[in-house]
This record gives sequence, structure tokens and C-alpha cells, in this order.
Amino acid sequence: MLGLDKKDMKFLLIVIFLTLATPILLQPFPEGSGMAQFNAGYPDLMQRFAIFGIFAIGFNILFGLTGYLSFGHAAFLGVGSYSAVWMFKLLSMNVLPGLILAVIMSGLFALVIGYVSLRRSGIYFSILTLAFAQMSYNLAYSVLTPITNGETGLQVTLSDPRILGQQVSESGNVPGTHFFGIEMGAAQKIAVGSWEFTFSAGYYFCAIIAIFAFYLSLRIFRSPFGLMLRAIKSNQQRLNYTGLNARPYTLAAFVISGMYAGLAGGLLASMDPLAGAERMQWTASGEVVLMTILGGVGTMMGPVLGAGVIKYMENIFSKINEQVLHQWFGWLPDGLESIVIWAAEHFVGSGWHMTSGVLFMIVVIFLPGGLVEGGQRIKGFIKNRRGGDSDDPEHHPKQAPHVAE
Amino acid sequence: MGILEVKGVGKRFGGLQALGDVNLSVQENTVHAIIGPNGAGKSTLLNCFVGKLIPDTGSVMFDGQSLLGRTPYDITQMGVSRVFQTPEIFGDLDVMENMMIPCFAKRDGSFRMHAFESVADEKELVEKAEQMLIDVNMIDKRHMHASSMSRGDKRRLEMAMCLVQDPKLLLLDEPTAGMARADTNNTIDLLKEIKEKRDITMAIIEHDMHVVFSLADRITVLAQGTPLVEDSPDKIKDHPKVREAYLGETQQ
Repeated sequence: MLGLDKKDMKFLLIVIFLTLATPILLQPFPEGSGMAQFNAGYPDLMQRFAIFGIFAIGFNILFGLTGYLSFGHAAFLGVGSYSAVWMFKLLSMNVLPGLILAVIMSGLFALVIGYVSLRRSGIYFSILTLAFAQMSYNLAYSVLTPITNGETGLQVTLSDPRILGQQVSESGNVPGTHFFGIEMGAAQKIAVGSWEFTFSAGYYFCAIIAIFAFYLSLRIFRSPFGLMLRAIKSNQQRLNYTGLNARPYTLAAFVISGMYAGLAGGLLASMDPLAGAERMQWTASGEVVLMTILGGVGTMMGPVLGAGVIKYMENIFSKINEQVLHQWFGWLPDGLESIVIWAAEHFVGSGWHMTSGVLFMIVVIFLPGGLVEGGQRIKGFIKNRRGGDSDDPEHHPKQAPHVAE
Repeated sequence: MGILEVKGVGKRFGGLQALGDVNLSVQENTVHAIIGPNGAGKSTLLNCFVGKLIPDTGSVMFDGQSLLGRTPYDITQMGVSRVFQTPEIFGDLDVMENMMIPCFAKRDGSFRMHAFESVADEKELVEKAEQMLIDVNMIDKRHMHASSMSRGDKRRLEMAMCLVQDPKLLLLDEPTAGMARADTNNTIDLLKEIKEKRDITMAIIEHDMHVVFSLADRITVLAQGTPLVEDSPDKIKDHPKVREAYLGETQQ
């Protein structure tokens, strides 16, 4: 079905279910309880999960399959955002034209940058992409101010033409973004007992696009094209002497992943219609690399998982302050309490980077295959416990790992 | 007229004249061995055939077309396949995936954007790849991770990947280098079988005299970048110049 085999179909259905149930799954703690601050089921954060999931899925098509490590993918994210906001300014607040332009513009941008950067491989390729992204970032701040509005960032204003849509909303403000009338900002709160779930139109819009993006990438992974990309990572020499030209394959992968990044950028702007140059900064490029590696390079689920973990930490851990720590460790004897709090302080609040850094190091050292490998190991461990001798790895030839896990 | 015609090929690396004036003609459906002591220019010559190096002088014609200035993938698409000294395979992929890649390359050319088809749906190519694996006795290993196989098996796989494309000319760069005796004999048997079953021309560079004399129809002896003699294996064995330049060295 849908060009997928049974196993992949099951996998896709699980992903669809998890994505659609996110507003419930991420809200495991009742309102008002001490643990409520760990709930992540609010629209803004869930949208980020979906959007950065798309960004990471696209990045993984390049990095995971071909092994070409781009350090400039945030440039495409930025291009996507600017394009979308321009559409909101000129055409209408409907997100569709914005997203389409975002994908087209970032694709063209990726074509140019990829064409030049892919002349080199390895570290030189990474440096070239980094240089291009930083160049775009600096241009957005300086020469391109008429397009990007420089430091202030590009925003929608009341005086924008919006020739096809509403210029001013009934309440006299800038109208909100919508998808054929469905307001992105609309949200429905449903209380079940002491739990409260928020179902937001914006999240579901992002989620459906993310599912579609995931499906496309699954198809690419299973296609002859995907096989060629994996072959490029494995042995370019053999690929050449098999009669295949690696360049157009890598360029196509680069453009596709650039378009994914542009789509993510467009969605960011659709949820919150403004675009700033800082979206193109190298730290943003580095973030998607971290997400992909943390989750598991070259796996289907890994990058999404990595994006989720990093965005969760960025939003939840950073909110924990000294006061919260006092609540947690209040039961300790006074001297001990202050020591524990002093130590813990470095890992929460603005120190959340420390926690993510430590987590990243642990994963890279002990689980080179990322969080997905961790999951597989646990699965294997449980299987061994239950199954016994049939799965003895010592006495069976090693099978190639399945790329979908 | 041979399938591969090499005329007056010379290559210089800085002060070193790696190849002097090489003339060589590989006849269709024969095994042509190129032997010579270390540094004789055997590998340099081979690299000139596959587009890795461009000779300074001379011409290399394959099937009536010049190979000079062409890229390796272009030359492979013309029907020249190459087996490397250390087996070059796709180590991260499994055996069947390794086999599918040359099948796609043969059918679709050097690039095709087939991003929304499924590899598993290509029944015809899958069948072709499986048949090739049966031919080289590897069908039971088709789900194995290529990098976890023995060196002999890797060589066998590499050979199968070349043969599945039905090349007109197969270039072998020391196919038994660093192999145990048993593996070497297996490789010789495999090559003999290929030679008998298929219409294929092979050019082989080899150090191991046992391999050369049990396979080759013609032998060219290369010394210091120029061909010393070219003759049948029997005559080469007793040729005084060859004994002096090549075989003699080891006896002293």
C-alpha cells in the first residue's frame, strides 16, 4: 500500500498515531501537580517538535544517506522563513502560497550552494557550506536589509498590500495566519479530570505536513535513488567504477534536504509570522547536526527523536529555576540542600546547554547509533531474555541492519 | 585489431618516467596478463585505461573509441569493468544491495532520479542479481553485511558486481594479492570458469606467476615503463630477457 511493504506500512501507521496523539501523550501529568512543569503538550512547543522534526528528517536525507555533513542548513531555514513572510505581506495570510514559495526558494538556493560546495567532500564540504551560511547570515543583516529588514527582522504590518487577502482584521490588527480559513492560532482546550489537553490547529497543520514529509523520506530511503545515496556514503570509488556519477546524486540529495529545511522555515513563519537573520546563524545549523546525531544518523526515526529531545530540553529544562529546585530538595538537611542545589543549578535554567552537552557526550560515546540504537539494544535485551538460544549473535552471521529502525 | 589498443603511451610523474612508450593490443576473448617487477608501471598503465590518469603521450582505444579524457563512470558505462587490488565493495550494504547497484547502473545509465520507485519492485533486476549470485556460489549469503565477509568472499562479490554488467573488458589489478593459497586457487578457478562460460576479455595485472601461467593466453612483460616482450605463456617462461629482468632477480 502507498508503495510501502507491510513492515514500513506498520511503521508509518505508528508514526501517524504518535504524531496525532502528541497533545495527549505529552501531557502525562495532571495540572497543578508538581510534575506539571514537565508537560510538553502546549501548542508552541509541539509545533516546534513537528517543524524541527521536518528539518531533521530532511537533513538526514543528506547527512544520513550520503554522509555529506552540511554545516549550513540553517541558511535554507532562513530563506524559507523570509519567503513565507514576504508572501504574507504581498499576497495573503494564507500559509499555502508562503510555504510553496519557501520550498521553491530554498530549493533554488540549495541548488546554487550545493553546486559549488559539492565539488569538495569531507571537511572541505562542511567548511564551504558553513561559509555560505554565514555569508547569507551577514548579508541578511547588511546589504539585503531591503528584503530582510536587517536587525529588526521581517514582520507583517498593517500597511502591507496583501492583494488577495484581508489587509486589516475586523479588530483592526494584522490578521493571523490561516489555511483557507482555519486560523493557525486557534486552539481547543479539553479538560479530562485534572488533566488538560490543548488541541491546536497550528500543531495539527504542522503535524500533517510532518507526516507527509516523513512518508516522502521513507519512500526515498527505499528507492533506488536512496540506495545510490547510501552507496555514495559507503564507497565512492566503487560507485564510480560501477558506471555511476556521484555528483548529480549528491546534488539532488542536497537540494531535497534544502527544500525540507525551507519547508520547516516556512512553517516557523506560518506559526509566528516573522523572520530574523538569527535563524540562519551557524548555531542553528549546528543544532540540526546535533539533533540528527543524538537521535541516530541514517535512521528514519532518529532525527525526529533527536529534534524532540533537544527542543524539549531547550523549553522545559530552561524553565526550571532556583525556586523550583528548592521545592524539590527542601527535604534535605540545610547544608546538603544548598550543595545539591548549587550543583544542580548548572544543569537547569540557562544551564540547560550543559545537560544537553552531557547527554550528547554520553550518547556519542556509548551509543554511536544514537537514541535509536539505545532503543534497539533494549529491545534486543528483552528478546534475548525471553527467546533464549534462537537469537544467539555469536553463532549466526551478522545481518545488515534495517535502515528503518 | 584488438578490443583494447594502446599506442605509444607515456606518463611522467615529476622526474620519474613511469611509462615510456607502451604499445599493447588486447585481443577479444583472451586473457592478457601484464607482469613485471615492482615499479615497472603496471598499475600506472591500468589507471590510464580507466580514466584515473591521463597519459602525457599516446592513445588508448577501446572498441574503436578513445578512452582519453573520459571519466571512470563513463568508461565503465562503455563496458570496461575493474576489479581492485583490495576488493572495493559497498561495505555498509548487504550483498544483495551490492548487486543491485551495478544492475541499476547498467539499465539506467550514470544518473537517474528514481526516488519514488521501490528497489523491491524491480523484479527483473532482482532476478538478474540473484542469478549472478548463484553463478558465483554466493546466493546463501545474500542478506549478509558485505563488510563482515571474508576477503575471498569480498573478491567474489566484487567480481560478481562487475560481471552482472556484462562488461566487454574486465580489468583485474592483482586479484590475488595478499590472499591465502586456498583463496588464490579459488579465485583462479572462478576466473577460469568465467573465461569458459562468457565471451569476455580480461586484462590482468599479477605478481603471482602461478596465477599468470594458469590463466593467461598472452603475456606482456613490463620493465621500467616499457614492454620488454609480448608472447604466449610457454615462450615467456623461457625467454632470456624476461628471466634476466624479472624471474632472474628473485633467483639471485
